[in-house]
Amino acid sequence: MFSAFMLHAWIVATLVAVAAGCVGFFVVARRAAFAAHALPLGAFPGAAAASLMGVNELWGLAGFAVLGVLVIGQLQRAGRREIASALWLTSALALGVLLLGLSGRYAQSVYGLLFGDLLGIDTRQMAVVAAFSGLTVALVAWVGRPLLLDSLSSELASAAGARARALEFVFLGILALSTAIAVPVVGALLVFSLMVGPASAARACTDRPWRSLAIAVGICLATVWSAIALAYVTNWPVGFFVGMLSAVCYVAGRLRGGAVALAQVA
Amino acid sequence: MNAGEAVVALDRVAVTLGERPVLREVSFRLEAEQFCALIGTNGSGKTTLLRAILGFIRVRAGRIDLPAGAIGYVPQKITLDPGLPLRARDVIALGLDGARFGARLPSKARAARVQEMLRAVGAEEFAEQRVGTLSGGQQQRVLLAHALVRRPKLLLLDEPLANLDVGSTAEIVALLRRLSHEFGAAVLLSAHDMNPLLPVVDRIVYLANGCAVSGKADEVVRTEVLSCLYGYHVDVLRVHGRVVVIAAGAGDESRDALERDPVHTITVP
Repeated sequence: MFSAFMLHAWIVATLVAVAAGCVGFFVVARRAAFAAHALPLGAFPGAAAASLMGVNELWGLAGFAVLGVLVIGQLQRAGRREIASALWLTSALALGVLLLGLSGRYAQSVYGLLFGDLLGIDTRQMAVVAAFSGLTVALVAWVGRPLLLDSLSSELASAAGARARALEFVFLGILALSTAIAVPVVGALLVFSLMVGPASAARACTDRPWRSLAIAVGICLATVWSAIALAYVTNWPVGFFVGMLSAVCYVAGRLRGGAVALAQVA
Repeated sequence: MNAGEAVVALDRVAVTLGERPVLREVSFRLEAEQFCALIGTNGSGKTTLLRAILGFIRVRAGRIDLPAGAIGYVPQKITLDPGLPLRARDVIALGLDGARFGARLPSKARAARVQEMLRAVGAEEFAEQRVGTLSGGQQQRVLLAHALVRRPKLLLLDEPLANLDVGSTAEIVALLRRLSHEFGAAVLLSAHDMNPLLPVVDRIVYLANGCAVSGKADEVVRTEVLSCLYGYHVDVLRVHGRVVVIAAGAGDESRDALERDPVHTITVP
């Protein structure tokens, strides 16, 4: 399980989990789960295009994720975020189908991009993931407080001098960055489960914001490590275990929150 | 800032939202430590005026002079997510440096400032609770502390008494009056029901028809003054110790708004 062959998988999964936990806290706080779903899935034609051009798929994912941020950011000025996300998602998926059709590597590429292919990561990809993950965590640390205030109330943030629209763009940018690196691990279909499940569970564990973020990172780490171990033992896909364990975390968090509320009433 | 010196001064301010002129010509000034109520029916432009002062909305004409430094602001009833892991204490701390970028380590001075504000608004009891799970009156106290923690010269409150029960309303009004003295801040508070406020306000800005009149309550809430402001005859009547503003007839937009508003009654102390 810890052979040289698996080492890349453990390291990359750890890097992705740290970034996903940090960003997941804000995804849940800002009720942006659908955007967290639409951005990686909408970035998947970028990977298809990169594959078609013979460049690293991560760059394609990142490029289309940034494009998604710009489109969603602009469209939501005229409407709601979920409508903007849905418009981006459907358009990008249609383009992805076309690009995959043209690439001629249809079945294998689709499977790897949609459900993750953790074992196929080489040293060069690992370096890119490490750089993106470090950048994501640094950005969250830099913009965390204004983003938290804006998550509480955009009006309060604006009155305090923060630029709410710029913050939303920065948030979507961080989201795009973190989802782009997580796609090779859990796939575009399941990446948002790693952000939403652990962060939702962490909310039920503490009333303190930064402690909740740290717990979300911890649960993300436990989720991906357990998923890799279980996938190794069972030979089932890692993405399956990440998705299921994230859902279990969410349910456990809700049950804990309910139990605490009941204890307070009693 | 010396008493008598204007903290905020509006000079013939006009604001248009889309095609609709909401404020046509609004002028008034507010001095340090003055406690001022911004009165008007629903839709008269109170929130628009506060947002224009905050710089959220561009002014089409006129001029707004503001104090240097922070402006405290408590927005109209906001829904705070009860699931958000954010204690009352954290919300007040965010008022201190929530707009600043970069990580910040906890400091004793910062914690002491937050504790001082918790004490000032009487929120120590629920300081560790999630802000979204607090009652309306408790949330108002926390938001008030959030707005005051940087010791602003001007505090703007948009309908802070809406949705509060009678007991909480009286408590918040008394608290606001005390804090405006304690913190030396000029307060501009919007409300469409002035009954709980009139005993404590120094001045009134009465907004109607896109224009405003300002002065002491007994100078402003008069038949001839308000009739002139509305552009048609209104009666300011005393009924059981309350002053009721009544429109004569219907047909005009602002007149309809006045008639629709069931709580637009004003008690003169």
